[in-house]
Amino acid sequence: MVEKELRVSKIKDGTVIDHISGGYALDVVKILGITGREKRVMTIAINVPSKRFKVKDIVKIEGRALNTEEVNKIALVAPHATINIIRDYCVVEKLEVKLPKVIEGILKCVNPACISNSNEPAVSKFYVQSEEPLLLKCHYCGYLLERADVLQNL
Amino acid sequence: MLNLEFKGRDIVSIEDFSREEINYILNISRSMEPLASKGSDMLKGKILATLFFEPSTRTRLSFETAMLKLGGAVIGFAEAEVASVRKGENLADTIRTVENYADVIALRHPLDGAAKLAAEFSKVPILNAGSGSEEHPTQALMDLYTMQKEKGKIDGLKIALVGDLRYGRTVHSLAYALSLYDIKLYLISPESLKMRKEVIHAVENKISVVEGTDLEEVIPQIDVLYVTRIQKERFPDAAEYAKVKGTYKIDLKLLKNAKKDLIILHPLPRLDEIAAEVDATPQARYFQQVWNGIVVRMALLALVLGAVK
Ligand SMILES: [Zn+2]
Repeated sequence: MVEKELRVSKIKDGTVIDHISGGYALDVVKILGITGREKRVMTIAINVPSKRFKVKDIVKIEGRALNTEEVNKIALVAPHATINIIRDYCVVEKLEVKLPKVIEGILKCVNPACISNSNEPAVSKFYVQSEEPLLLKCHYCGYLLERADVLQNL
Repeated sequence: MLNLEFKGRDIVSIEDFSREEINYILNISRSMEPLASKGSDMLKGKILATLFFEPSTRTRLSFETAMLKLGGAVIGFAEAEVASVRKGENLADTIRTVENYADVIALRHPLDGAAKLAAEFSKVPILNAGSGSEEHPTQALMDLYTMQKEKGKIDGLKIALVGDLRYGRTVHSLAYALSLYDIKLYLISPESLKMRKEVIHAVENKISVVEGTDLEEVIPQIDVLYVTRIQKERFPDAAEYAKVKGTYKIDLKLLKNAKKDLIILHPLPRLDEIAAEVDATPQARYFQQVWNGIVVRMALLALVLGAVK
């Protein structure tokens, strides 16, 4: 247990994102728009041994509680993640990530000829066709994005 | 009771329409045939703006003819003037300007999804006259109208789409529309020009779809042969185009094995996909399609402007 505590220390207030598929922690951080320059304590653990998934990633963010919209964004890259909101070293809320039916403004369409990639006042918009495997359909051009496309254009 | 309200509606994607709605449009189109011959003042005082950001003289003339035959007026621009229109102005702004001049807008644009965006900004109905390599719903409707007019009904037909199924914008709309009927669809194309996966995905659980490369093999079975042009400008490079150009040639030799009552359609203009010798056969119906395009566009104009119910 000493070893584990060295790797991932407890936080006082903030969010613990657990059960991220091994190797996707940095994508989770990216989709949340966190750069690491926010002057917050953050711990990112990658490829930690896990009973459920063999290996998993964990992200701990001190001093920031994620809201529902942010939690849902995580579903795009880590559909099995669990989220614990921590206050005074205790878990006060447990959230499951849930992919919204419509994803607006986060992703760019992979079709270079899509009107949403031009200089129009259009916000990108995708409809979730399937969660596993992830399949998103562009509102404007109808192109389908898979998880690999999503990861590439974060 | 079905709610078949078309007034104010955009015609952006064929996917927005149910089978009942399409049948209704086809019925109204039929009722437009005599008006297309004699003329009418049904849309007197109404203005159609044709905004063509890329060349398609045939489609533009068809829309304009349809409006004029219903007594309406036409304004607009074609590709030659686009440079000045586009001087720093985006499509959304163009639409918000032109909607003040016109009662309905027919839009052709090189980018995918342009008509959808235009419809979101426009107060007046948008008729998609082709956006990007995506859909071209009025062409699909006139194809359906032609099939129904020529064959009596669409259900039960065996239909082959041949040629460029990947970049050809008309075939995507047509495949969606046909999937609402009880038909068998053959998709015949070179390997590199196969129908895009999202289109296949959307139709394959509704109708029986057979993909292949050999037209000779399917020709004896089909009722409708829909031929498309392999368009050079849609190809990323010239070498790719050279590989597939001229893959399919519809000539009298091929038609020897066809049904007597086969009909051959083509969205036009053609290159050399259909030999000139075929034009005189009873199977050739591609020039009749041009007339049908006018009556279908008359029907759409009358419907979205609330002149018929
Ligand atoms: Zn798109």
